[in-house]
Amino acid sequence: MIIHNVRILGGEPVDIRIADGVVAEVGTGLTGGEVIDGQGAVALPGLVDLHTHLREPGREDAETVLTGTQSAARGGYTAVHAMANTSPVADTAGVVEQVWRLGREYGLCDVHPVGAVTVGLDGRQLAELGAMADSAARVRVFSDDGKCVSDAVLMRRALEYVKAFDGVVAQHAQEPRLTEGAQMNEGVVSGRLGLTGWPAVAEEAIIARDCLLAAHVGSRLHVCHVSTAGSVEILRWAKSKGWNITAEVTPHHLLLTDDLVEESPAGAYNPIYKVNPPLRTRADVEALRAALADGTIDVVATDHAPHPVEDKETEWSAAAMGMVGLETALSVVQEAMIDTGLLDWAGVADRMSAAPARIGRLAGQGRPIEPGSPANITLYDPSVRTEVDPSAFASKSRNTPYTGMTLPGRVVATFLRGKPTVLEGKLA
Amino acid sequence: MNRHLISAGDLTRDDALLILDTAEELARVSERSIKKLPTLRGRTVVNLFFEDSTRTRISFEAAAKRLSADVINFSAKGSSVSKGESLKDTALTLEAMGADAVVIRHGSSGAPHRLANWVHGSVVNAGDGTHEHPTQALLDAFSMRRRLGSLDGRRITIVGDVLHSRVARSNVLLLHTLGAEVTLVAPPTLLPVSVDTWPCAVSYDLDGVLPKSDAVMMLRVQKERMNAAYFPSEREYSRRYGLDRDRFAKLPEEAIVMHPGPMNRGMEIAAEVADSPRSTIVEQVANGVTIRMAVLYLLLGGEIA
Repeated sequence: MIIHNVRILGGEPVDIRIADGVVAEVGTGLTGGEVIDGQGAVALPGLVDLHTHLREPGREDAETVLTGTQSAARGGYTAVHAMANTSPVADTAGVVEQVWRLGREYGLCDVHPVGAVTVGLDGRQLAELGAMADSAARVRVFSDDGKCVSDAVLMRRALEYVKAFDGVVAQHAQEPRLTEGAQMNEGVVSGRLGLTGWPAVAEEAIIARDCLLAAHVGSRLHVCHVSTAGSVEILRWAKSKGWNITAEVTPHHLLLTDDLVEESPAGAYNPIYKVNPPLRTRADVEALRAALADGTIDVVATDHAPHPVEDKETEWSAAAMGMVGLETALSVVQEAMIDTGLLDWAGVADRMSAAPARIGRLAGQGRPIEPGSPANITLYDPSVRTEVDPSAFASKSRNTPYTGMTLPGRVVATFLRGKPTVLEGKLA
Repeated sequence: MNRHLISAGDLTRDDALLILDTAEELARVSERSIKKLPTLRGRTVVNLFFEDSTRTRISFEAAAKRLSADVINFSAKGSSVSKGESLKDTALTLEAMGADAVVIRHGSSGAPHRLANWVHGSVVNAGDGTHEHPTQALLDAFSMRRRLGSLDGRRITIVGDVLHSRVARSNVLLLHTLGAEVTLVAPPTLLPVSVDTWPCAVSYDLDGVLPKSDAVMMLRVQKERMNAAYFPSEREYSRRYGLDRDRFAKLPEEAIVMHPGPMNRGMEIAAEVADSPRSTIVEQVANGVTIRMAVLYLLLGGEIA
């Protein structure tokens, strides 16, 4: 198969020959076999998400492995890490293998389960991390995401323990006592709206502590969904020490601010903007963009968090936290990073494919598009602008904050080891 | 005026003055032997209370009945349905019943905003979480105006748990709109971190502020705040921020003392201060009915000729 006329990382137009799921040749004027017209689209290595909620098992009303991987493919992803906060919790080899097998069966996108750090995510006892690592799912990323491993001793032990199998602990940094009943970023808007504040320090204090712990025991640490300017400063300092720390930012924290809770086309107090960590201020958004550009933040991760309509169509305090993100991630990153000149396509390929694959220890993902690499490829047309229409999502859920917004770009095609999962913007 | 009354901040100066002037006219009705007006005959007002608040509900009920509206009291407390589902479902039920106005009291900040998306009638916020309570601010302004005259340039001090107080938020916004100078006094733990962006002054020193106050409004302090470490003990709170007899003596001669109720006598306010002739606390209750009549009248009946 030949993909004709694409621009790898936005470069000069070339053709890509794929054979047996591997990139066989990159050049011009290639002929022979089936031809797909790339129409000058940007070719990126297939995107890798370090932070996805697929909801299965337990909340199949919100998302399943099937609809979640369909959504991922539509968003240009060839691999996702499925978070552990399912029901039952992914804290045993049995659960992670089930999720992994479903992903393999559907074949739309590689599904790499994240294992829980503690049994039942309850922060008391380490889950059998080794059993999950040794299972068929080969778990390397461990997280209690949604909850913080707040106990310092337990966090230390987890960081140490996963070294035995080159694992990484991905921390949801949220000091629980400082965020009891917290509803939104603590600041000017929360004060006016009378919503319990979620101070930046609750995130920053945990990140600082975890960086020091990781340095002390010589472990890898990954920080989930960094949301504040202060967190960026701490990470910059920790990285300057040469410590083995990585961090991610979500697309929504690169674009949206807490003002939307007070004033938006969706009305005040609309829980579509309720998310954990909360939307912050413009200054935080600017700091996060700069940190992603200079590499202080390594990765864009979606934190795709599907919720059924009834969990969002409520008063603010009763609503679920989270936003879907797989199908809008690349467009939001283009808006926040490419169109602002902060990153080029090579930078996007690094932050959304190579770096997350490296952190998740995925050998077959995030490789440059060159002969010998598995043919995981995303074709993206950055020249169009379209209005976000949630009814067109492949995801089962519609809780996007971008409804009605006009965003740039469109995923044209996605290839998973040479097999098209999306063509002409539709599931293949 | 807007179709709804959800935030005191939505009222322009003209809106606010219209409500206060309308209330003055309606107050004369309350002085008659027959207190009822036919204005809202055939209109339905629903009191939708998700929190217990007998005094506020009764006040709205009396206001609606004096205007001849049909009143339905809907107490949603203790419903087995999850809170979120019941708010939208309840809204649709009220909509089907043809409510012209829904008066809502809810424990979640912003619930009236959400309700307004789902009903066609007017939504009146009777207190939402720790956000706002606009009719309380209007009745407070009405009470102050009756005692002090115009509020332009008047110095109003609000003391207590500002962080959790819907009364304080609405009062700051409305009093600012009416030209008063507001000073908030509280321990720093009970002020929002962003209070410096509000249109008012802030002080931690009640004794310093009292001599320069035309009215002082004491907020209820809930004892459970002590357990959450907002202040060390009731006694210490009372010593530093309570309005006792000695502090009362520091007020200018004509200054008035207010409290939205219910009071903790001996905590934020001493009994003899609450019962003094300069206290407007009982008037505030009476004025509550009048101001709510004015609000319902203007939202449902149009402007007064």
